[in-house]
Order: sequence, then C-alpha cells, then structure tokens
Amino acid sequence: MSIFEYNGSALVAMVGKNCFAIASDRRLGVQLQTIATDFQRIFKIHDKLYIGLSGLATDVQTLYQRLAFRHKLYQLREERDMKPETFASLVSALLYEKRFGPYFCQPVIAGLGDDNVPFICTMDCLGAKELAKDFVVSGTASESLYGACESMYKPNMEPEELFETISQALLSSIDRDCLSGWGGHVFVVTPTEVQERTLKGRMD
Amino acid sequence: MGDSQYSFSLTTFSPSGKLVQIEHALTAVGSGQTSLGIKAANGVVIATEKKLPSILVDETSVQKIQLMTTNIGVVYSGMGPDSRVLVRKSRKQAQQYYRLYKEPIPVTQLVRETAAVMQEFTQSGGVRPFGVSLLVAGYDDNGPQLYQVDPSGSYFAWKASAMGKNVSNAKTFLEKRYTDDMELDDAVHTAILTLKEGFEGQISGKNIEIGIIGADRKFRVLTPAEIDDYLAEVE
Repeated sequence: MSIFEYNGSALVAMVGKNCFAIASDRRLGVQLQTIATDFQRIFKIHDKLYIGLSGLATDVQTLYQRLAFRHKLYQLREERDMKPETFASLVSALLYEKRFGPYFCQPVIAGLGDDNVPFICTMDCLGAKELAKDFVVSGTASESLYGACESMYKPNMEPEELFETISQALLSSIDRDCLSGWGGHVFVVTPTEVQERTLKGRMD
Repeated sequence: MGDSQYSFSLTTFSPSGKLVQIEHALTAVGSGQTSLGIKAANGVVIATEKKLPSILVDETSVQKIQLMTTNIGVVYSGMGPDSRVLVRKSRKQAQQYYRLYKEPIPVTQLVRETAAVMQEFTQSGGVRPFGVSLLVAGYDDNGPQLYQVDPSGSYFAWKASAMGKNVSNAKTFLEKRYTDDMELDDAVHTAILTLKEGFEGQISGKNIEIGIIGADRKFRVLTPAEIDDYLAEVE
C-alpha cells in the first residue's frame, strides 16, 4: 500500500462565480483503523487563500507549518498578501526542493486573486502544477471525486449552489472510499465573507 | 599575533561616533561622474555623463547604465568595478526571486536586497564599503519608481535625484524644473538639461548615457543616435 494512502483523505476544490469552495473529509486513520474524526487538512493562508493537503498526516502538518512560516515572512517583507498564483509557485518550489525525499502530500490550492478572480490548482508531491478552471481533487477518494465532480459541476454557480454541489460531491465520493469519511469540512469563500461548515455523513 | 589585531572590520567606530570609512566612500561617490534620475508620471529616466580618460578609448565598449531585470535599470556614480559586483549580486537575487515565485521581483524588494549587500560590506571583516551610490529605476505594479542606494546601505525613494560631481547644482536645477505631472519625454529633456549644466565640453550622444522605462515595463538604454535626436529637440 502506498504511503499516500496510510491515513486516508478526500480533498476537492471548485470554482463558482467570483467565489470558490474547498472541502475535505475529517477522518484520520491508520490503514483501516480510525484514529480521529475531527482531522484538519484545509488551512487558511490569508482571508482569500486556502490550501488543502491530502496524503500522509504528519507531512500535512509539517508542510503547513513551513508554508505558514514562509507566508508570514513574505507579508512582513513585502507588506501585502500573496497572490494565489505566487503562493502556488512557492509551494511548488518547496516541494521540489525535496525531490529525492518528498513530502507525501498532494496539495490543493484555492484562492481569490486580484479583482476577486478565483484560482484553483493542484500539484503532485514533487510540485508539478496542474491548473484547472472548474474543479480539482486529490486524496484516496480522488477517483470517485473525479466522477462525482464531472457529473455535478456546472460553471458560474453562486455561493449557495456551489456549497450544495461540493458537499454532495464530497459525501457521495467518501461513501465509495474506505479510507476517508466521517463527514466533511467545507469552506465557501466569496470576496466579502467566508462560510465554514461541518458536514455529517455516514459516521462509520 | 601581529596580523590578527588588524584582521577585524576596517569600518570601526571613531570616538566621535562616525564610521570614517563610509564617509570616505561617500567622498569617492562625490568625486565620481554625475548621474541623475527623474521619475515622470508614466516612467522613469536615468542619465549619466560618460567621460573617458582618453579620446583613444573606444566609447562603444563603455556601458554605465545596466539592466538588473527587464523592468529595472541602474546607474552608478563612483567606482565602476565596485558597481559591477553589486549589479551581479542583484541580478542573481532577482532571478532567485523569480525562480521561487514565478513573478518579477518588485523594485522595492530588489533595492532592499542590494542595500542589504552594501550594509553587509560596512560590517564584515576583510572587506571595504562599496565606493558607489546607485540610482535604481524601475516600473512594477506600484508604478514608476526611482531609488538611490548609498554605500552605508541606506536607501531612499526620490521623485528626482542626482549624485556624483555637481550634486548640489544638479539637485537645485532639478528642484526648479521638477513637476509631478511630467511626461517621460519631458523628463528626458530635463535630464539632458541638468547634465548640460555642469558639463565640461560639448555634450553629445557619445559622452552621455540615458536609460528609460515607460509603461511597457521594458527598461532600455538609448542609443547614441536616439540621444542625438533628444539633444536636437532640447536645443
């Protein structure tokens, strides 16, 4: 079994009209045994920028700490928040630095850039970026997420509809995956506010 | 022993609280060739005189204005060889920034990095301060910008500034001529007139250098022919 599947994870981000949503499951497991049911793998970088990290939980937390550190230094130095594109390049560079002993994470980055244009992207554990206009997925449930997103997604959704869509896609996908589950965590980010919701699904 | 007593930094505080090495460096700048810069509403111009020690020197081989990135140019007053070290380090810094963020380095950041190098050379052992001041002209998301960096490592943003020989005359001239709504072409004319003020001999496209950057964010050193055109407009 791959080390990426050791703890289990499901992660998805979607673009709406001047907004985006990012969602994950809440399970932390060790192979088939569930250890915790309130695990966080989506993190806030600043008000309009979020990163989700799927994969090995220990690396998720270490990588987040490094990224938060780098972003805080950037804020102090340049007196501004990072653009989502810039942050994605930083993540990519930090991951490739560990080319021959990588962090076992697959990040999903979602943010609102200048003029509140939504940006989403994902990359592999070595930092190869993959940009998308609609949705991105990662984690052990990624295959089922692809299917769910492809059938449920439509362009230019308003925040409420986007929340409904991403939640349904997430919940139906984690029911098809043994390693992720225990409800979900959803963030819907608009230029003016952030809605954070916890979902209940099949809690077993 | 012997040597070790003298192996610490040359720049040591004098009892009066001054760092005389830095003041000497500023003297070196003050006796260097005049350079100046003007920030216009839609761009920046930097200019310098290019006096050569002998008429036998091939003037096409001397470039006093250089690019740090495509959108940032720099000119120095003082010791030419020292400026090359700074330009080399700054270019590297700019490329490192680009590699990390896939975004061109902002002018303020590059100036800060360059100034940090200059400060380091006032405090390290076995080195001397740089005998140059730099005028950095750039255009980024924050618009046109002009910075001066001194050997001490301090830096300032200017609307217009001058350095080298005739600083005070040039600055007085610029104070009289400067307006906030100046266009880039006017700024080039003003730059030429300011250089002309303290110029010994006949000014031409071959003995001054001009670099401009406009809203296209491409820094460019004017060719002698282009300078001659501007000179004709001024007269």
